[in-house]
Amino acid sequence: MTQSLLKVEHLQTAFRTGKGEVVSVEDVSFQLNAGQTIGIVGESGCGKSVTSLSIMRLLGQTGYIKKGTISLNGKDLTKLTETELRDVRGNEAAMIFQEPMTSLNPVFTIGNQMIEMIQLHMMISKKEAKQYAIQMLQKVGIPRAEEVINEYPHKLSGGMRQRVMIAMALSCKPKLLIADEPTTALDVTIQAQILELMKTLRDESNTAIMIISHDLGVIAEMADTVLVMYAGEVVEEADVFTLFDEPKHPYTLGLMKSIPHLETESEERLASIPGTVPTLQNMPSGCRFHTRCPYVMEQCLKEKPKLQGLDEKMGHQVRCWLYEEEQKSENREEAVL
Amino acid sequence: MFQYMVRRILIAIPVLFGVTIFSFLIVNLAPGNPVDMQVNPYATEADIQTKKEALGLNDPIHIQYVHWLVNLAKGDFGYSFSTYEPVLTMIVDRIGPTLLLMGAALVLAYVIAIPIGILSATKQYSWMDYFTTSFSFIGISIPNFFLGLGLIYIFAITFQIFPTGGMNTLGNEGGLMDTLAHLIMPAIVLATGIAGNMVRYVRSSMLEILGQDYLRTARSKGLKEFFVVNKHALKNALIPIITVIGVDIPMLIGGAVVTEQIFQWPGLGQLTIQSIGSRDYPTLMAINLMAAIAVLLSNLIADMLYSVADPRIKYN
Amino acid sequence: MNETSVLVKDHDSFQEQQPILRVEGLKKYFPIKKGIISKTVGSVKAVDGLDFSVYPGETLALVGESGCGKSTTGRAIVQLDKQTEGTVFFEGENLSNLSNAALRKTRTQMQIIFQDPFSSLNPRMRIGDLLAEPLLTHQKISRKEAVEKVDDILKIVGLTPSHKSRYPHEFSGGQRQRIGIARAIILNPKLIVCDEPVSALDVSIQAQILNLLKDLQKEFQLTYIFIGHGLGAVKYISDRIAVMYLGRIVELGTTEEIFKSPRHPYTQILLNAYPIPNPHLRGRERIVVKGDVPSPANPPSGCSFHTRCPYAQEVCKQVSPVLTEEKRSVACHFPLA
Ligand SMILES: Nc1ncnc2c1ncn2[C@@H]1O[C@H](COP(=O)(O)OP(=O)(O)OP(=O)(O)O)[C@@H](O)[C@H]1O
Ligand SMILES: Nc1ncnc2c1ncn2[C@@H]1O[C@H](COP(=O)(O)OP(=O)(O)OP(=O)(O)O)[C@@H](O)[C@H]1O
Ligand SMILES: [Mg+2]
Ligand SMILES: [Mg+2]
Repeated sequence: MTQSLLKVEHLQTAFRTGKGEVVSVEDVSFQLNAGQTIGIVGESGCGKSVTSLSIMRLLGQTGYIKKGTISLNGKDLTKLTETELRDVRGNEAAMIFQEPMTSLNPVFTIGNQMIEMIQLHMMISKKEAKQYAIQMLQKVGIPRAEEVINEYPHKLSGGMRQRVMIAMALSCKPKLLIADEPTTALDVTIQAQILELMKTLRDESNTAIMIISHDLGVIAEMADTVLVMYAGEVVEEADVFTLFDEPKHPYTLGLMKSIPHLETESEERLASIPGTVPTLQNMPSGCRFHTRCPYVMEQCLKEKPKLQGLDEKMGHQVRCWLYEEEQKSENREEAVL
Repeated sequence: MFQYMVRRILIAIPVLFGVTIFSFLIVNLAPGNPVDMQVNPYATEADIQTKKEALGLNDPIHIQYVHWLVNLAKGDFGYSFSTYEPVLTMIVDRIGPTLLLMGAALVLAYVIAIPIGILSATKQYSWMDYFTTSFSFIGISIPNFFLGLGLIYIFAITFQIFPTGGMNTLGNEGGLMDTLAHLIMPAIVLATGIAGNMVRYVRSSMLEILGQDYLRTARSKGLKEFFVVNKHALKNALIPIITVIGVDIPMLIGGAVVTEQIFQWPGLGQLTIQSIGSRDYPTLMAINLMAAIAVLLSNLIADMLYSVADPRIKYN
Repeated sequence: MNETSVLVKDHDSFQEQQPILRVEGLKKYFPIKKGIISKTVGSVKAVDGLDFSVYPGETLALVGESGCGKSTTGRAIVQLDKQTEGTVFFEGENLSNLSNAALRKTRTQMQIIFQDPFSSLNPRMRIGDLLAEPLLTHQKISRKEAVEKVDDILKIVGLTPSHKSRYPHEFSGGQRQRIGIARAIILNPKLIVCDEPVSALDVSIQAQILNLLKDLQKEFQLTYIFIGHGLGAVKYISDRIAVMYLGRIVELGTTEEIFKSPRHPYTQILLNAYPIPNPHLRGRERIVVKGDVPSPANPPSGCSFHTRCPYAQEVCKQVSPVLTEEKRSVACHFPLA
């Protein structure tokens, strides 16, 4: 079995706030291999961004990782010092953010911001760095790259800025690229351009990608494996085909049925998940989804289910009491083997 | 940009006219007149009248104003009523020390206030932050004369480290160290209020910037926190502060009048007080006008710097 | 629900009816000011000549990329903004010819729901007062009757009368959108402009709101102009679709026709660019259009899409195509078969 590039185990991340500690990410585990793409979906506030920021250890002054390990290439990122982390950030792991309009510093030129990063991680002269930056801009499809490099961000459109962000993120050949809603703020035609670009670059350089989106369309388009999050926890993980064809967790099921597909007849009613996401301050006991779940049982109110494998390869994992029997039998077989 | 400058200057012209009228009226409507202040006790009423006539003080006020304005346009600021020197010469003599004092105060204020403001913002809610915010508040509210007299009492009289006033020790004209020793206390007094203000501006501007997305981007590149703060955040935070210069200049001018008087600094501020004392209208009006021009100009320069520093702003 | 309210969703039957709304040559320009005396040097042609009709009981969707003038059109229809040129007929009445009093009356028949449920509700008003206000100003009814009506409406949109005494910030996004809908329908309007009513909401909440809009349409025989981003939602809710590009309609037809056989290249590209939430379709051939949307302040000559159109020819640069006058109209020199 190949060693996975990124392995997150039982990650728990919390923030200090005026009203005490809030735990935003409760229990997240997953693995990612080189050249693979993992998609994370879930409703607003379920902890997608916090998960990705935890990996980069960019939680700010109030956030901290309470539990769990994050190993990238065998290094446990949760144990690194700030200095060691700086070698990882931008170099081994790079990140692009949702808002291309505000993610670039308005008072420095595109070139300045790119060269700064290139020189930080590659031992090359400023002149070479500039040449290299131009090459990267051309690679992501920016016309007139020689001129654009001397422009300030406000002169570029949202799509162009996101391309600059991608060019910058990929310039030090990271092994892991984290893209937090990279196209949410963009128009559909521009979104298509950016997604195509990310696919091409991934295939060229064998970069592992972690893509966060609440748009199941984007996930279906990009991801190999999908992680469904609800209220700070992973509730289901499966390869993209299995997840869309046979979702298991009641939340995933609800999510899948509530999106109007192109095949959906307009006479049909959309299924919808009743109620709203619980807030971090008053999380329900037991299974966090039980307040909205149509299959809720006695057990769900009291005990919290574990994320467990369903099939032989353990590739399809669900956190739900409904599948307890299957999971048990699988585990028993495993034990026998 | 050019268009914008032209427009700003065009707007400044009527403002300047307004200032001339205003300062002329204020000065001339104030009770008392220069002749009463200077005449010797033996002068007859006729002498006084002759003198007033000679100085043009008997003309109707609008004629006096037009006279003054016409001369002004010719570069003639008139003669002082008290010393009979040309006003221009007096101002030229005095402007050097004032610029030195103001410049020293401004540099001192900014050099101290900007780093403190940054530190205070990056360590928000720390004891350091509480300390500097309260201290800067004291800096803003303490009156110049009080601080000045306090410093003189402690450092000049009790410990005798610095001289009590003046710009040079008598007979030691031109010594750089000597001038510096004289400069320190008035510069500190003048700088205090400005620094206090500046700390608060830098702190709040920095706090706003520190939450911006592009700093997260900078950190995600692997940049040292020092550069994240002092390169990426600071340049953004300083841009709005440039406009504060436009506010600081009038504050400096006002402060200089009091401070120079306390420390007998031979500058325009002291001259102002003297001219008020002797009802020296031509000098007063010239100083007023210069102050107004300085304020307008500093605002214009601040705006210009603002647009140079911020690539997003293009005036048109 | 009684028998008569069941609508016949058949396009031909719509066409035989009198349109409830007719828009002719609608233009809305926003001036660009410059120079020493702020003189107008140009204009943003946000909406640049629209002609279309909306029939009673149908849903017409306006789709297109950001900035193409969808919201501006919606605002001009309900007369929130005065159009620069052109006429809006509501039930045969030219709105520009109406006296102020008559216009106020007519405007109660046309309501608008905004995209952002957070900023479109006055934060200082209780929900009860917020909803009762239009009743008390436009209808001669007592406070008591108004309160009863508010209770009814709250139940209809899926809230409870006890919510009356709360302020907007005490509600979730989905609930706020319900309040927005309640406010829009409380005066029994005939036409509602829905300006991206679900874009700001989570997937699971979107379905709730779409279902609600459909139910209300059936129950009160409402006519909708639905401005939308998500293709699935648009397909699900609309009977006809108008595709807009740079302030103009480039194609108009029934939902089925538009999806099955788009005739304008832009429609084809737009449909193609939407990521489809089905991983089995990810290999499908994609036409990725180059470049950004041109600025509406300075639209290209001829056909405004020619700069990005893969099929553009010489004539497209010179001559602006007109929207054909059929039921299925398209503005293109070389429409697709
Ligand atoms: N700096 C912070 N301090 C306190 N709480 C925070 C902080 N950052 C995030 N949170 C909380 O953590 C939870 C998860 O937030 P996160 O940003 O990861 O959500 P998300 O899944 O990315 O949602 P979205 O789709 O809206 O981006 C939220 O409830 C949020 O309020
Ligand atoms: N008040 C205004 N002043 C100047 N320009 C405006 C104004 N309102 C809109 N515009 C411009 O008109 C054009 C159309 O805007 P509109 O809001 O109608 O677009 P839209 O299709 O609704 O886009 P979106 O999908 O982003 O909501 C845009 O270029 C916009 O910048
Ligand atoms: Mg997020
Ligand atoms: Mg809009």
